Amino acid sequence: MNRDSDRVTAPQLPSQPACGDNQTGTHLPTRAGALNGVIVPEQPGKNAIEVRSVRKVFGTGENQVAALDTVSVSIRENEFFTLLGPSGCGKTTLLRLIAGFDFPTAGEILLHGQDIAPLPPYKRPVNTVFQSYALFPHMTVAQNIGFGLEMLGKPKAEIEARVAQMLKLVKMEALKARRTSQISGGQQQRVALARALAPQPKVLLLDEPLSALDYKLRKEMQIELKRLQHETGITFIFVTHDQEEALTMSDRIAVMSAGKILQVGTPRDIYDRPAERFVADFIGETNFLEGEVKSAADGRATVRLSTGAEIPASLPEGFTPSGGVTLVVRPEHAQIGPADANASLRGTVENVVYLGTDTHFHLKLDDGSAFIVRRQNSRGGGEALAPGSRVGIAIGPNAAQALKD
Amino acid sequence: MANAEETARAADARDIRDRWLLSAPALVIILLAATGPLFVMLAYSFMLKGDYGDVQFGTFSLDGWTSVLFQRDMFDDTLGLADAHLTIFWRSISLSFYTTVLTLLFGFPTAYFIATRPPKTREVWVFLVTIPFWTNLLIRTFAMQQVIRNEGLVNTALMALGVIKQPLQIMNTDTAILLGMIYIYLPLMVLPIYASMEKLDFRLVEAGYDLYAGRWQVLRRIIFPLIKPGVIAGSILVFIPSLGAYVIPRVLGGGKNMMLGNLIELQFGAGRNWPLGAAISITLMVLVMIALLFYVRNASGSEGAHG
Repeated sequence: MNRDSDRVTAPQLPSQPACGDNQTGTHLPTRAGALNGVIVPEQPGKNAIEVRSVRKVFGTGENQVAALDTVSVSIRENEFFTLLGPSGCGKTTLLRLIAGFDFPTAGEILLHGQDIAPLPPYKRPVNTVFQSYALFPHMTVAQNIGFGLEMLGKPKAEIEARVAQMLKLVKMEALKARRTSQISGGQQQRVALARALAPQPKVLLLDEPLSALDYKLRKEMQIELKRLQHETGITFIFVTHDQEEALTMSDRIAVMSAGKILQVGTPRDIYDRPAERFVADFIGETNFLEGEVKSAADGRATVRLSTGAEIPASLPEGFTPSGGVTLVVRPEHAQIGPADANASLRGTVENVVYLGTDTHFHLKLDDGSAFIVRRQNSRGGGEALAPGSRVGIAIGPNAAQALKD
Repeated sequence: MANAEETARAADARDIRDRWLLSAPALVIILLAATGPLFVMLAYSFMLKGDYGDVQFGTFSLDGWTSVLFQRDMFDDTLGLADAHLTIFWRSISLSFYTTVLTLLFGFPTAYFIATRPPKTREVWVFLVTIPFWTNLLIRTFAMQQVIRNEGLVNTALMALGVIKQPLQIMNTDTAILLGMIYIYLPLMVLPIYASMEKLDFRLVEAGYDLYAGRWQVLRRIIFPLIKPGVIAGSILVFIPSLGAYVIPRVLGGGKNMMLGNLIELQFGAGRNWPLGAAISITLMVLVMIALLFYVRNASGSEGAHG
């Protein structure tokens, strides 16, 4: 059986590098390497994956559950793209559809313009790093990494060279002969990465790969993943429910909830300019304020709060509200000041939480609602605010963002 | 210090004594009921046979052992190979081997099917597989006879459909024994394979597909190595009782197609040659042990090396 014949496009291995010095197997597939024709040529602006109106329904009859409700999204080449959302939002379902473990009920999934939705997983040039790593327990570290290449029918010498290269890339050379049960969680994680990267997929799918690691290791692996993505130039699609992880690692994030994509944007977009309440609430700590729109034009609005104060707010793209509107103010974008007439809001300090790098002030506003202000700490700086103090809150011209719902 | 040491040592001694006391009943049963008769068999195999069965106590003879493989010519008293015995040995070994291979061939997909059902349905399937165990072996074997005999289910159906004119002679052949053994021992293959298959992490199968392995490759490179312990256990559970099968060849094979179990029975019964019966029994035990050793070595060897 010729497995390669009906594949969309087999991942190309660096068998014939332009520079011609690659027999040692130490040549890493860097972005510079990409210029040498080693890996997928970079085509800026092109989409690696296009998901078009994909629906996925599980169950039949009355037990039907739409895990994905008509989702469309484009993921660019060489992008670190994150699907972020709480458990059950459909992010893993979307990943599994791209990997080919499940098939969409409706819609198409394009890989470099070709519909891959009907293809089985072993015919897609896409590899997955599983949440549980799913390393083969009956094989060594090196055999695990070489498995994909072996299945592609690559010559033995090429597999060995590539495995050595991958071992070096994830710094696991010393443990290559170990069983996967004889290495630590962090090391298993690296092997899983190397195994998925070895066949040089067009797209690497990562299903919450860091969730099983402890905090420090997770931080390390976040940086490591960014480095690997940069060095290999492969498109990464990363699934997580950890908003901090998503913000630190991603080029772009899609926030998902209940089978829908709510907002796609850069981490800064998502954090500073959330379009919907769910997005604002899910990512970071947030204060919500209710107000009346006084005027709105060109993406800016002036909103009158219940206290009578008028503050400027940014509007989501293509949204011009009127009447009641909800504003989002991030805790670090508001300042505590004197409780005088200039303050937008006034309230009482209820709680002061010292967090090392910054301090959180939990306030109770005069209308009874809660409000949090975060202030960065400096040595000897900042006046002490005891619980019970009356304070005013100043909201700057760029601090508030209006929500669609 | 010395006191504490002494107390500790005394406690240890007490511990050991208690353990021996607790295991004593089991040890007595094993010694008397399991190994005792074996020594009796061994002793019998080295005695002269009695005229009406039994053995002549106090005698020593290798006749029992020589007649396992050789027979004395009736006229010139020379030793020749006992062809009848060799045929029976060969039939036992080859039929047991085929039974093992075929039950594996049928049992593996069955176990895979059950293990991939939703947990609730799985229980029902496992239950169905164990149903034959509720019925006596003899009755199940006679039921098989009803299916394959000349006027049985298979032949009647085939003749009614016009596929054959004459009934197929299945009864009293090696094929009948083989069919019977497959039918009887199949659950013993399915259950251990299912047990390992159920523990199989199917995410590994997905990982295999993800890494460009097709169905066959996933089966050969991932599923099979991981459920190998179950396959080995199932093979042992089928091969060993097959080798010593008695009822199945007796009922389905007729008088002529004997297996080792029947040969042994013959020596203790109509043959009135207990030393020979004892010697064959011990030979059968050795064969089983060889088979076990082979499997154990195969199993532990592959655990470490292959990938």
